[in-house]
Amino acid sequence: MSGFTGFVLRRTLGTLVTLLAISVIVYVVFFVTPGNVAQITCGPRCSPEQVHQVAQQLRLDDPLYLRYWHFLQGILVGQDYSTGTSVEHCSAPCLGLSYQGDQQVTQLIAAKLPVSLSLVSGAMVLWLILGVGTGVLSAWRRGRFSERVLTGITLAGVATPVFVIGLVLMIVVCGQLQLLPFPQYVGLTDDPEQWAWNLLLPWLSLALIEAATFARLTRASMLETLAEDHIRTFRAYGVGERSVIGRHALRGAFAPIIALNANNVGGAIGGAVLTESLFGLPGIGRELVHAVNVVDLPVVVGMVLVIGFFVVIANAVADVLYAVADRRVVLA
Amino acid sequence: MSDSSSTPAPPAPGAAPLVEVDGLVVDFDGLRAVDGLSFRLERGAALGLVGESGSGKSTVASALLALHRGTGARVDGTVRVAGTDVQTASDDELRGLRGRKAAMVFQDPLSSLDPYYAVGDQIAEVYRVHTRASRRAARARAVRVLDRVGIPDAARRSRSRPHEFSGGMRQRALIAMALVCEPELLVADEPTTALDVTVQAQILDLLHTLRQETGTGLLLVTHDVGVAAESVDEILVMRHGRAVEHGPVGAVLGSPREPYTRELLGAVPRVDTPRAVPPTVRGTGKGTGRGAGTGTGAGPAEVGRSDESGRSAESGRSAESGRSAESGRSDGDAGSAADGPSDGSVRPGGDGDARSDGGVVLEAVGLRREFGRGRRRVAAVDDVSLSVRRGQTLGVVGESGSGKTTLGRMLVGLLEPTAGVVRHDGHERTGVRPSVQMVFQDPVSSLNPRRSVGESIADPLRARGEKDEERVRGRVRDLLERVGLDAAHYDRYPHEFSGGQRQRVGIARALAADPAVIVCDEPVSALDVTTQAQVVALLGELQRELGLALVFVAHDLAVVRQVSDHVAVMRRGRLVEYGPADEVYERPRDPYTRQLLAAVPALDPEVAARRRAEREVLSPV
Repeated sequence: MSGFTGFVLRRTLGTLVTLLAISVIVYVVFFVTPGNVAQITCGPRCSPEQVHQVAQQLRLDDPLYLRYWHFLQGILVGQDYSTGTSVEHCSAPCLGLSYQGDQQVTQLIAAKLPVSLSLVSGAMVLWLILGVGTGVLSAWRRGRFSERVLTGITLAGVATPVFVIGLVLMIVVCGQLQLLPFPQYVGLTDDPEQWAWNLLLPWLSLALIEAATFARLTRASMLETLAEDHIRTFRAYGVGERSVIGRHALRGAFAPIIALNANNVGGAIGGAVLTESLFGLPGIGRELVHAVNVVDLPVVVGMVLVIGFFVVIANAVADVLYAVADRRVVLA
Repeated sequence: MSDSSSTPAPPAPGAAPLVEVDGLVVDFDGLRAVDGLSFRLERGAALGLVGESGSGKSTVASALLALHRGTGARVDGTVRVAGTDVQTASDDELRGLRGRKAAMVFQDPLSSLDPYYAVGDQIAEVYRVHTRASRRAARARAVRVLDRVGIPDAARRSRSRPHEFSGGMRQRALIAMALVCEPELLVADEPTTALDVTVQAQILDLLHTLRQETGTGLLLVTHDVGVAAESVDEILVMRHGRAVEHGPVGAVLGSPREPYTRELLGAVPRVDTPRAVPPTVRGTGKGTGRGAGTGTGAGPAEVGRSDESGRSAESGRSAESGRSAESGRSDGDAGSAADGPSDGSVRPGGDGDARSDGGVVLEAVGLRREFGRGRRRVAAVDDVSLSVRRGQTLGVVGESGSGKTTLGRMLVGLLEPTAGVVRHDGHERTGVRPSVQMVFQDPVSSLNPRRSVGESIADPLRARGEKDEERVRGRVRDLLERVGLDAAHYDRYPHEFSGGQRQRVGIARALAADPAVIVCDEPVSALDVTTQAQVVALLGELQRELGLALVFVAHDLAVVRQVSDHVAVMRRGRLVEYGPADEVYERPRDPYTRQLLAAVPALDPEVAARRRAEREVLSPV
């Protein structure tokens, strides 16, 4: 077990280093862009005085490493911004100020993050159930007619864009059958029941597409495991096919599923733009697209950092789960 | 065992036999693996199915448990096991048979256990499938059988996963799984093939003891006649899916009636007889090695080891003169590489004496090689000094992890030693050089599948700067013929050859650079015994013709004895014994050498029983 604890510690350390590296790269790429950074940050309608103030707040006169140090300090312990007449405090994970939105970046993200997390977590549960379930079924029924039908459906799922599935779902379920109202985001803490009902369609449309990938992966890794010697052992000992498939073969498919899931969860938090736009969900993805369009640099930097944070964390969690699923990883 | 000693006699009337196979035929996609096999096995008796690869022996084992069901194989004939007609049984009946009445022990104990679950849980799972035991009771039962098969501290170790076990412990765990429901029949498919010889002896002893205590019947499938001789009462020799010979083990091995059985037994290298090839070359029979490769490789009988008259001086000499003409052609380059051939052309005058005082060509002094970093640093080879003489063979034996392959690689220059030096012709050398070549263990993976064998053999020639296409082709043709292949095989690809033929290609490639020394790393361990004997004979022939020095690295003590002038026994990176072959084998000084020798399966069941007794005295170190 000490080997396992050591593994987790090493992996956590690695995660911190990765996060630090991401922050350096993102900071450098966005704030060392050519042109007047203060002007761009402040927005096109700023007066020269305002631009001057922004330049001071960003400490553009300092050398780069000091500026980055300041930025990092803001994230770790918070920061005070002088607006000339008063001082605005930006607390702990301070990602700077959005001058165009007249808001702290952290607060802006904090408002959008629950939406994205709600969308992704619910969709994840659905895509895992649907995807892994379909994969197990088609591995079990391999070569038969039912398997071919399942394979056809999943192939169609992979090939269909989310706005087609989502639109069709919305038109049929909300428009024609009127089973659900058109989705409108309600916070989880405000009304859990309404939260779930309103997110049902977005979850489904995001999950259906992801599930197709999981189904194909699960099927492939299960067929691979089913061809291995230890499966033959349990069959030769009279263990039933249900147990062989569900206990031994599925276990072998865990590792790739965990890895793919980490990637998809991390990616979907900032990347589910289409789903968010289609269903009018005010999530991270939509906000990022908006920020890019109006060139709100501090918001873009903050968002990219937060998304990067989730991708890295998701992968770190996946690595640890991976090691729990297969202890041989710890030795490597 | 005591009650089974009478089993070779016809079965007692009335009592249904444990296994009854009648006219068994198994087809895979039109390929006939088993062709009308019939045999019976009485309760408590032990039968060995012996044959070379492709003989269909493993297919028979699978058919006993109907493991072919649902795989597309066509099975005909009747198979009755413990009262169940396996062919007509329903899936449920089959599940009741498998593991409960007849349990299988598989070959590779690592891949045969689920890597994700604790060993004890896997055994408990099998127990629960067949009994209504509670989870806890099944777990306790698993610990009991693990303890029974000699896993120390079974309660704790039952929570380990398979990769935390050594090879021998994994095999014990598999046997424990087989025993958990106290079956009437154990089907063991090459149960010790993946194991070291001392561990193999322990596993065979374990099977023996268990059978004595429980009266379980045993069907043992093996390619190793010695393993069968140790473990069974009756033996059935298979070839091409048919029974060749069937009878009590002592009779079949002692006085075989069928030519194939004789050939098979003749090809088995003996650990207790001195090297078969006399040091002075004489005798008859040209082309002993020649025709071999052109056949099927599983092929026929040209080289029985039993006729000890050896290979020909004639073929040796004639080939030799051809060889010196040849070496004249290629003499232009690489002065040091020309040593070998020029020495070879002097040799026809020499005989046994010349062999024994051949000069030292390759010498290792205080070789050490470490792997890993920090606390995990281990010395794979530790302070090894030995020398290889011209025209002689140095055998290096050891079990897995003994460092013998690392040593071989350092001698060739593929690995740099951490300390110590390799001297070649008296000079200290580093790196790879043409005059020291290597033949690898796996003839499949050591040849590039995308290049013709001719191109592979030509590599060393081209590496030496030979550009003239005609001369390269001509030389490669010569080499192909020299190793007993057809010169027309130049443009064929590795997959078109059998294992033995591929190993010949590997030898031809090693010869291409006119080496003085060839290091062979387990050159025959992937081959069937008859093919193995052919390749060993070829190496001996080449050695005499060319005055080659050979380093023969192998785990098989018997093979090493049959090829070596000197033997080095390795253990945990160190040389535990080093001396003339006969002395090491006849009068081993080191206890480990003695233990190794006692572990080698004997062909004679009586000797086997004696060895078993000896092993009990020499407790494992």
